[in-house]
Amino acid sequence: MYIFASENHNFLQKEMSKDIRLKKGLNINLQGEADKVYASIPQSQNFSIKPTDFHALTPKMVVNEGDKVKAGSCLFFDKYDERIRISSPVSGEVTEIVRGAKRRIMEVKIAADSEVSYESFSLDANASREQIIKGLLDSGVWPFIRQKPFDTIANPSDNPKAIFISTFDTAPLAPDNDFVLHGLDKEFQMGIEVIKKLTDGKVHLNVDGNTNPSKVFTDCKGVEINKISGPHPAGNVGVQVHHIDPINKGDVVWYLYPQDVLTIARLFTDGKYDVSRMVALTGSQVERPRYYRTISGASISNMISENSIKDGSNRFISGNVLTGTQISADGCIGFYDSQITVIPEGNEQEFLGWIAPGLQKFSMSKSYFSWLTPAKKYNLNTNYNGEERSYVVTGQYEKVLPMDVYPMQLIKACMIEDIDSMEQLGIYEVSAEDMALCEFVCTSKMEVQSIIREGLDLVKKECS
Amino acid sequence: MKLFKNLLGSVKPHFEKGGKLEKLYPAYDAFETFLFVPDHTTHKGAHVRDAIDLKRTMFMVIVALIPCLLFGMWNVGYQYHLAIGETATLVDNFIFGFWKFLPLIIVSYAVGLAVEFAFAIYRGHSVNEGYLVTGLLIPLTMPIDVPLWMLAISVIFAVVIGKEVFGGTGMNILNPALTARAFLFFAYPIYMSGDKVWVHNAMVDGHSGSTILGELAASTNWQSLSFNPFDMMMGTIPGSVGETSFIAIMIGALILIATGIGSWRIILSTFVGGFVMAALFNMWGANELMATPAEIHLIIGSFAFGAVFMATDPVTGSQTNRGKYIYGFLIGVFAIVIRVFNPAYPEGMMLAILLMNIFAPLVDHYVIQGNIKRRFKRANA
Repeated sequence: MYIFASENHNFLQKEMSKDIRLKKGLNINLQGEADKVYASIPQSQNFSIKPTDFHALTPKMVVNEGDKVKAGSCLFFDKYDERIRISSPVSGEVTEIVRGAKRRIMEVKIAADSEVSYESFSLDANASREQIIKGLLDSGVWPFIRQKPFDTIANPSDNPKAIFISTFDTAPLAPDNDFVLHGLDKEFQMGIEVIKKLTDGKVHLNVDGNTNPSKVFTDCKGVEINKISGPHPAGNVGVQVHHIDPINKGDVVWYLYPQDVLTIARLFTDGKYDVSRMVALTGSQVERPRYYRTISGASISNMISENSIKDGSNRFISGNVLTGTQISADGCIGFYDSQITVIPEGNEQEFLGWIAPGLQKFSMSKSYFSWLTPAKKYNLNTNYNGEERSYVVTGQYEKVLPMDVYPMQLIKACMIEDIDSMEQLGIYEVSAEDMALCEFVCTSKMEVQSIIREGLDLVKKECS
Repeated sequence: MKLFKNLLGSVKPHFEKGGKLEKLYPAYDAFETFLFVPDHTTHKGAHVRDAIDLKRTMFMVIVALIPCLLFGMWNVGYQYHLAIGETATLVDNFIFGFWKFLPLIIVSYAVGLAVEFAFAIYRGHSVNEGYLVTGLLIPLTMPIDVPLWMLAISVIFAVVIGKEVFGGTGMNILNPALTARAFLFFAYPIYMSGDKVWVHNAMVDGHSGSTILGELAASTNWQSLSFNPFDMMMGTIPGSVGETSFIAIMIGALILIATGIGSWRIILSTFVGGFVMAALFNMWGANELMATPAEIHLIIGSFAFGAVFMATDPVTGSQTNRGKYIYGFLIGVFAIVIRVFNPAYPEGMMLAILLMNIFAPLVDHYVIQGNIKRRFKRANA
């Protein structure tokens, strides 16, 4: 964790920008990286918005089954903050409101019109902060802006100390934003102009120090451009915040993804709720991994049928293999996701697998001989590769968490719901996704992400 | 393999809920998961998981112990034949030692696993893999002629009092293998110390097989010992079965460090701590043990074996990286201090590690307080 002031940039213009080089972490080399081409597919007919994508949001429905909606029409809002509204990504008819246990709303399904018609919003990027926030809230674009700590939709009443945008994703098979945003300099800058209005602090645009990042990002004006390099999770905004402007108790920072900056820009230039985006179809089970232009919430069935998926029992994930959500083969892309991963299920026993040399097995430790081939790309399945045990091994988590946080002690504090210790050990600085690699490498197969998530929920409940 | 699958499949219903042997499910589960990595798939959190699990981890420690085990078996035969004045081939020595040592391994595993299974069934937990290593470590730290009933008692004591009363693998405070060793040492000192136990049949035949530490404690100058430093490195000396060969132990250390299973921080700092302390005593030089050069201290007795295989137990050692340096360093220091000042216990390593097992949580506490203070300072800056 070495932090140097950037020297190769113009010092006067970007005097505070940072060059952060992280050493800890782990890149999981998987088969099925998306080729940098994009295929066109007919627009999906089925869409679904999942309230479960929005952590801590309790949906209050505005529409009923059978209602007609336009792109940008409110579907539901947050019961505890009515300003926060979730909009329909397309025009069409609400076909079903799927409920789960205790009548919890799991999905709002929409059958799309063949031609999308939009609600029209008239917004002015030069308006006051309050008016801009109101416009973002009313259109349903607001939920793309989230906050740390807690990873919930940003509270519009807060004034965050800074806004962070990570322009690169280091997760396994993640889409390449340099490719996705290629040539969209103007739109991106337009979105940034709006975002700048939302904070009195800085807007940090964090670029990949491992590569030569796109000019879309490096030429962006009015932001702090920080270079971050290192293995995953260097691209995670939580890790970046920790090194650039760490969160203390009471602090709030906001963050959003690069493609969502474009959504904001389109809202202000075209007056439309246009959540079309590029999605990477990845994973070892995909014959021709590549990018598709589609819309947030769209069914992946079009993509799947245009491409072809290898036979066998497969797992479809909206997002990446570490933090994504399992969906069905005709499921829909999550609100925040721009990646679909398809990997084989691992529901097969393996005879004496723990004794085998394991040339095909991926491990951070060098306990399988696969360490002899470090550049190899793996076809990993969903097998646990073991069973849950008490903690025995120590020092593993520290190798994959590039933060000044003691992960195991923090996790134990979460397990025993000791809020004082959680605060002391830095619960506000971590997110489940930042500790996903801890879960991956864990010898004892602990469910680290849900332990941290529950810990954060507890702190949020008790301290706010 | 299919045979096993069919066999397990045919008996499984008896052990499942509602079956006749439902209560014995943990035992069944242990056998099934021993033979087959289960078909469990991820259902929340990360969809893919690292290939490592506790079984593999323990298996790698056993692999690391193999050089010590093989050398130890050979050395049992070699020392015996040396004592009775016969010469034997390498193979003869090994076969002799193999048959002498095998009962110790069998008793250790049979008794220890029986206790583990009994607790797992009683608690309805799955059987943890910790004993796979402990079961081999215990006989390796024993003199070859230890009576089997004594070994069995010490194993029971170690597993029950050292581990299960605290909640089983992962919850224990003291290293179970060392708990067994310490129990025997204090309960039956005649069988665990002196110069008559380290070579097979020495007690009966009356030939001497004193260890280097024993001789040093009896005020023999290190240069006039019956063994030279080369013997000590190779391990062709009397001692507990697994601890004599520095070379074999170092091969094990390399395996542990290379695979990332054992903490290099602990191993390194233990040797550094021992060396520093012994070097300080060299300057003092009040008795033969103090006068023994620091580098010799590190290769005799169970110092190396303890540093590599006992101090590195992640459950009972320090858990923070900075804590590991302190923990290891103090083990090295205390091992030499006990060795030098208390000739009644020439083997200080065992006691030093047990002592630091107790203090490891305290070391971690202060390391973590440093982190907490840093965070507090930043928040109030």
